[in-house]
Amino acid sequence: MNTSKYGIPRWFAIVSLLFPFPLLAQSERTVPPSASPGIGEIIVLCLLVLIVLAAAIFLSVETHEMMKLVRKKMKGEYTGKVEEYFNAFDSKQIDTFLKYKQTRKLKATGTNLPLLLFMLLGATLLSTNVFAQTTAEKPFSLFSEGGIVITLILILTPILTGIILMTLKVSNIVKRYRFNQNLAEVERLTEYLKTLPEEEISDALRKRKAVLDYKLRQNELSGSLPPNDDKGIITNVNEHANIRFIAEKRKALKRPDVDPQLSKLIIWFLITATVWLVFGTSIGEYAGIKFVAPDADHLSWLSFGRLRPVHTNSVFWGWSSLAMLGLGYYVVPRVGNVQIYSLKWGWYTLYLINATVLLGSILLMAGINNGGGEYREYVWPIQLLFGIGLALTLANFLKTVATRKTKEIYVSNWYIIAAVMFAITISVVAYLPFWQDGLGETITQGYYMHQGVGMWFMLFTLGLVYYYLPQQLNKPIYSYSLGILAFWSQIFFYTLIGTHHFVFSAIPWSLQTVAIVGSVGMVIPVVSGTTNFLMTFKGSWNKVSGSYTLPFFIIGTIFYFSGSLQGTAEAFRFTNLVWHFTDFTVAHSHLTMYGIIAFFLWGGIYAIIPRLTRQEPPQVTVGIHFWMAFIGLLFYTIPLMIGGTLRGMMWLDGKPFIDSVSFMAPYWLWRAIGGTLMWASHLVFAFNMYKMINPRKVVNINEEALEKLTLEGHELVDVQ
Amino acid sequence: MEYFNDHKKLFLTALGLFLFLTILVAILPALYNQKNNAPLPQAEALSGDALQGKAIYVANGCVACHTQQVRNVDMDKVWGERPSIAADYASLHRTDLWRNTATVMGTERTGPDLASIGTRQPSIDWHLVHMFNPRIVVKQSIMPAYPWMFEVKKVPAKGDVVVNVPKEYLQGQEGKVVATKEALQLVAYLQTLKQIKLPDGTPNLEFLYKREKKNESGAPQEQQLDGTALYAANCQSCHQENGEGLKGAFPPLKGSKVVLDENPELMVDIIMNGYSGRVQEGFPPMPAIGTNNNLTPEEIAAIMSHEKTSWGNNAKKVTSADIKKLMDLVKLKSKDTPATK
Repeated sequence: MNTSKYGIPRWFAIVSLLFPFPLLAQSERTVPPSASPGIGEIIVLCLLVLIVLAAAIFLSVETHEMMKLVRKKMKGEYTGKVEEYFNAFDSKQIDTFLKYKQTRKLKATGTNLPLLLFMLLGATLLSTNVFAQTTAEKPFSLFSEGGIVITLILILTPILTGIILMTLKVSNIVKRYRFNQNLAEVERLTEYLKTLPEEEISDALRKRKAVLDYKLRQNELSGSLPPNDDKGIITNVNEHANIRFIAEKRKALKRPDVDPQLSKLIIWFLITATVWLVFGTSIGEYAGIKFVAPDADHLSWLSFGRLRPVHTNSVFWGWSSLAMLGLGYYVVPRVGNVQIYSLKWGWYTLYLINATVLLGSILLMAGINNGGGEYREYVWPIQLLFGIGLALTLANFLKTVATRKTKEIYVSNWYIIAAVMFAITISVVAYLPFWQDGLGETITQGYYMHQGVGMWFMLFTLGLVYYYLPQQLNKPIYSYSLGILAFWSQIFFYTLIGTHHFVFSAIPWSLQTVAIVGSVGMVIPVVSGTTNFLMTFKGSWNKVSGSYTLPFFIIGTIFYFSGSLQGTAEAFRFTNLVWHFTDFTVAHSHLTMYGIIAFFLWGGIYAIIPRLTRQEPPQVTVGIHFWMAFIGLLFYTIPLMIGGTLRGMMWLDGKPFIDSVSFMAPYWLWRAIGGTLMWASHLVFAFNMYKMINPRKVVNINEEALEKLTLEGHELVDVQ
Repeated sequence: MEYFNDHKKLFLTALGLFLFLTILVAILPALYNQKNNAPLPQAEALSGDALQGKAIYVANGCVACHTQQVRNVDMDKVWGERPSIAADYASLHRTDLWRNTATVMGTERTGPDLASIGTRQPSIDWHLVHMFNPRIVVKQSIMPAYPWMFEVKKVPAKGDVVVNVPKEYLQGQEGKVVATKEALQLVAYLQTLKQIKLPDGTPNLEFLYKREKKNESGAPQEQQLDGTALYAANCQSCHQENGEGLKGAFPPLKGSKVVLDENPELMVDIIMNGYSGRVQEGFPPMPAIGTNNNLTPEEIAAIMSHEKTSWGNNAKKVTSADIKKLMDLVKLKSKDTPATK
């Protein structure tokens, strides 16, 4: 790869991507070629700050105006000036004045948002031109590398989405508030008219006053008798008169009861998953703090090298795997319209996996480690328990599918059952000793750790999304075929990419190249998957604001796109020079395992438990969980990506290694802050789980009485 | 799509494809590599303490932060003189019945690469102090401390290895710090980590993505090299940033007779061939850092000039031309020093 060929500051492309400057793109040849990477970095950073600043200014202007209106209203500032004008007005003028004022206000509120959107849209469209025009002029720039440009764009996507979401929300609130204010203003003017002394009012105004004074008694047509509400139209109206800070979301739909035995199994899967989430991320949080305070403790069981695998393995096999299986036990029988084949096998799986994580964590802290290969740190007798658990579940799922009442096998089950099969396969390949000498071990490790992520977590979770997303939107998935295309292409390309963790290492060059090509091929399943999900959303975006589960699916989908493609960008040889071995990798794994997997799982959990227990979580705390996890993830990953890139550049420049360690200190601090937000959000999530599952003391008298009468339907699930 | 409505056919097809690709990209390459690579002729198999040390290295998760691979890219030149090859890993085998082959290659370089740490830092004393608490010798380090691999004894027994730990790191404990077997085994393992010379006639792999040397002003190269940075990379972990060394462990360069000497010959000799002239005073032997790290005359000149003019030292700077001559001279003097070139 010849770095000097890619000349002109391609950061410029990023600049143009964000702002519509078609003219600059033309005059770009006059940019002095001496522009160094430093300037590029600064400009991109400035841009980020600018966007945030623009959003902040927009929001502050909006709120400022709102405050002004409120203050005016409080002070009653109106009277003085209005009185002057009013004396000179005739009725027609009053009319036009009132009309004018109303329309002007409405106009003013309408313009900002379209303008913002237009800018963004225009920018993205223009960017392609700019890319085409950037040709060789400057010898080397970090921002002239395709992989890095791709990543920057990918990072910006979720941030912009977040900012746009927030801006939309606030602007909506302001709009609503202003609308109310306008109405109130009209009212006040009329009131003012009434208070003026009569001799000062012209005939026209007096007439006007009479008109304004006239009010219906509101019961001319209806009379004063209570209404006969045969169809429950009036009694079912939900009235909220006061201003609400938290939008009311829709309640979960009442559905026919699920078999309580199955419910119990699913809920226990999800409870233990939550326990491991809190445990695993507490460990992760502490390990993150050790980057800032390495002398926090001096106990062998808590030293960083031992805690790191405890963190990764407990969130992998404890949290993610158990949550996936729990949600899977709902989906697999449901889409085949049958009962699960064996509940007992389900319980065995639950016990075995929990035993795996518990024993594995203890052994790792005691210093018994399989060999240090990531995600296979548990020694084989421990991982074997996990394998047996999965084998039981595989048999269970296959038997369930075999007895299905539908002709077709719904695509969710393709993904889920394939994932279980593949997870068993990779575990066997990773733990059998026959090909683990010397480099053989490293090749196996590359294969195992990446298939673990892509063939177990990703494939299974995609299967869950193919069920839960359409369910929550109450419409079918956009394209069955796209789902199938993504399925086969994922198997085909993902299996190849393991060794991209060892680019430039002693592993055969050809194998590295295969892995890089496979990583590029991953664009196919990722783009088809994302398209499928987004097109399913299409036409139902209005449902998002009224749902507390759909935001999780949106964030999951966005990170599925940006996180996965970031992996592609990272696999290129040049980007490996900068990013390999740095904290950029850590950021990437959190963007994907957390941004994709955890968010999708939360979406699924919030979708399903209220159906099983008939108890919903408090919407406020679900909102807190969502925003803290999302913002925490951004605080965690973005500093690590920036710091990782700059650290890689320092190594490229031949700076002393220890300087690159001290350089990372502030970025590690930010990571600890973001991590703390994420960790706190898990405590909130645990609280929500408690609220959904713990049977509430309050009894719905009507329902209970009816249930007692009919003696039909199942009891509430009781898990104590 | 009748084919895919049969669950047996569907899942067997998917599994078949996955198994086929697995064999193709993982199992066969792995088998091929372990069959066709043998350790280099000069490589010695790990045994005894070093082997135990490797197990300790894995048990404590050192691989989470330290790689052991010199990639074939120019930026990795600081970690070894040649890119790592498959043969370097050929002697790794399964640890025991319970534990797999160690993954030493690593994927994260939070700390430095250790592929040739045995050459770059051969001093046992340094490693022991560093292991007790890395911040004693490297202030900015974030590596965990491993005090549980040491004991504090009032009176060390005969044969105990005493570690020179400054008072403030003892947290009020009285006595001498003594390395346990574990610490010594771990250091023994680190000392074996060296890049082995390729058999005669076999050229090293090439380093790719060469850095372009900037020479815009036309000034002599050593003036463009950053002596402070080179000192930080090669010397600082023992002699410290302030040039004062570590009392009782590593001698100061500030005010050192050797550094201030008008004639730089002895200083070049020490840098290129190592030095054990002050062992009597309790200072461990100095490794042949210039030879070990493949420093060029320009780099050595820059380092020496930095040392001669910093921390109150006020001697004349040296030129690379002089150093080059002296390097050739001292090379002849040291036939007993194992050449690593």
